[in-house]
Amino acid sequence: MNFVALKMLIGDKAKYIGIIVGITFASLLITQQMAIFTGLMTRTYGAITDLGQPDVWVMDPKVQFIDDIKPLQDTELYRVRGVEGVDWAVPLYKGLLKARLSNGNFQTCNVFGLDDATLIGGPPEMVEGRIEDLRRADGVIVDEYGAAGRLAKPAATPGGKPEPLHVGDTIELNDHRAIVVGICRVQRTFQSQPVIYTTYSRATTYAPRERKLLSFVLVGAKAGVEPLELCQRIENATGLAAQTREEFKWTTVTYFMKYTGIPINFGIAVLLGFLVGTAIAGQTFYNFTIENLKQFGALKAMGAGNGTLLRMILLQALLVGLIGYGLGVGAAAMFGLLSRTSELAFRLPWQILALTAVSVTVICMLAALISIRKVVKLEPAIVFKG
Amino acid sequence: MSPDHETAVVCRGVTKVYGEGTSAVQALRGVDLEVPSGELVMLVGPSGCGKTTLISVIAGILDPSSGQCLVFGQDLAAMPQRHRTAYRGRSIGFVFQAYNLLPSLTAAENVAVPLLILGHRRAEALRRAHAALERVGMPERSHALPAQLSGGQQQRVAIARALVHDPKLVVCDEPTSALDADTGQRVMTLLREVAVAPDRALVIVTHDSRTFHFADRIARMDDGRIVSVAENAAESSASSAEPSASSAEPSASSTRSSP
Repeated sequence: MNFVALKMLIGDKAKYIGIIVGITFASLLITQQMAIFTGLMTRTYGAITDLGQPDVWVMDPKVQFIDDIKPLQDTELYRVRGVEGVDWAVPLYKGLLKARLSNGNFQTCNVFGLDDATLIGGPPEMVEGRIEDLRRADGVIVDEYGAAGRLAKPAATPGGKPEPLHVGDTIELNDHRAIVVGICRVQRTFQSQPVIYTTYSRATTYAPRERKLLSFVLVGAKAGVEPLELCQRIENATGLAAQTREEFKWTTVTYFMKYTGIPINFGIAVLLGFLVGTAIAGQTFYNFTIENLKQFGALKAMGAGNGTLLRMILLQALLVGLIGYGLGVGAAAMFGLLSRTSELAFRLPWQILALTAVSVTVICMLAALISIRKVVKLEPAIVFKG
Repeated sequence: MSPDHETAVVCRGVTKVYGEGTSAVQALRGVDLEVPSGELVMLVGPSGCGKTTLISVIAGILDPSSGQCLVFGQDLAAMPQRHRTAYRGRSIGFVFQAYNLLPSLTAAENVAVPLLILGHRRAEALRRAHAALERVGMPERSHALPAQLSGGQQQRVAIARALVHDPKLVVCDEPTSALDADTGQRVMTLLREVAVAPDRALVIVTHDSRTFHFADRIARMDDGRIVSVAENAAESSASSAEPSASSAEPSASSTRSSP
C-alpha cells in the first residue's frame, strides 16, 4: 500500500507542494537561525580558537569571558612559571585601543600583545608578511577584514572604493606610530572590530597607562600532564583562575548565553519557524486527509486496517518531511555559502542538521497525528453516504 | 434451502438504532433476510427505509444494535475488529454509488487496490487488475485516470475492483444512480454477466425501478423492515435480453411478508 499512499500524495499536486513549502520554510528558518546563532556564539570565543598553542589560560578569578579583562600583576607570570607541570608560560596583553585613521576618524581595535621572545599566541594564518616581522620597529599585523574594511585607507578618488591596508602602511594606535608588517586571517570577532597583533612590550606602550597590564598568562603543559590537572595545580598555587582552552570557550559562551538576550531572540525565531512550519504543514496535511476521507473510508471498507492506513499516512508525512528538510537545509547552506564573505555570522555544524531533522520529524508527526486521529476514528460506513 | 451451505447471508431480527435517548433513530426494526449463493438480490424501497444501513450491517462495516447477521456462516459483528476488517478484505467486494476510485491512481492501479490490501506484490496485483479490466471490457483504458473516464467507465472500473480478489459476496450501493438510463442498464448487464457466480452472492441496494428485472430476488423494505421478498420472474429473460419498460417492475411469483 506504500505505492498507493505515495500516489495519493503526489497526485494532489497543490497540497503536496503546499506541505513541502511549509516544511521547507520551517526547515530553512530553523537551520538558518540556529546557524547564525552558532556563528555568533563561535565569534565570542574566536580569539581563544585562534590562539591555539596554550593548553591553559590563567586569569583573574573574576574574569567572566574573554573580553572581560581584569589585569594581573606582571609578577603573576613568574608565579605561574613556578608551578610544577608548567612547560612554558608567556604573557598576553588583550585590550581595546583606538586607531586613528588617515581620514581623521577613530576605530576601536582588538589589540593582542604577544610574548616578545616566542610570539606565542600569534595569528593562525598569515596572508601577507611573516609573524617574525613583528620584531621590526613599530611592527603590527592587521587582520584582513580590518585591513580591507574599517581600517582601510580612503579612496584615492572621490566616490571610489577605500583601499585596503598593505604591508608598509602606517596607522596610529593611541597616538603611537605603528607600521603594518603583515596581514593575517583570523576569525571575525563578536563585535566585528579589527584585530591587531603586536609584541607584548609594544602593546603595553600603546595601552593607556595603568598599574597592571597583563591580561592573561598562556601556559603550555609538560608532556604527560593533563591540562585539567594543571589548572588545579595553578589555582592552588597562585589563587588565580586557570581554565583549559575548551573550558574558557564554554565560560565565554555561557556568559553570552546568560547575560545577553541573544539566545532568547534566536530561540524565538527558531520557535516561530517551528510553529509556522507546523501550522502550514499540519493544516495542509489535514486538508489533504479531509479531502481524501472518502477514499480512506473506501480503503477501510475494502479491508485496509487502521495499521495499514496509519503506515500510509506516516509514509506520506515522511516523504514530505524528507523533501522539505532537504530543500530547507539546502537553502540554508546556500545562504551560508553566499554570505561567507559578508559580515554575517554563519556556522552549520552537523549538530544543527540533526536538530533540524528532529524538529522537522516532530512537525511531520504532529501534522500526521491530526490526520491519523481522523482516519482511525473514521467509520467505513461513510462510503455508503451519498 | 439449507441456510448454512447454500445461503450466503442470513439476517435474523437485525435492528439498528442511531443515537440515544430522544434523538434515537431506529433505522432497522427486526430485519429477517436470506440471500442464497449464486443469486443477485436487490434491496429496494423508498429513501430512508434502511437499505444502506442493512448492507452496511451485512458487509460488516456497521454493528447491528441487536439480532444477528451471518455471512457464509460467519458472524462479523462478533469478530474482533482486526479479523472483521481482514475478512471484509478477503471475502467482500464493494461497488459504491460514487465509485470512490482514488483519483491519482490509474484504472488498473485502482482495480489492484484490494489485492494490495491483501498483501499481494504490486506486479502480480497489476497483472490481475488488467485481467479484471478485460472482463469488464475496458482493457484499453487501464492507464487512464478516473477523471479521464466517463461515469459508466468509472463504474466498470469499480466493478472490476470489486471482483478482482474473487470475493464470495459483492455489495453494491446504488450502482446506477449516478448514471444515465442507458449506461445504468449496461452496468447492470455487466454486473449480472461477470459478478453472478454459483458460489457468490450479490446484494444490490437500488431504488432505480428500471433495473429491478436484473434481480433474482427483490426484497422490499419500508420503515426499517423487509415487507416482502419476491422471486423475480422477469430475471431469466432480462439476463439475456435488453430490458423493456414492461419488465421494469418485478412480478412477485412468490412473496413472503416479514413478520
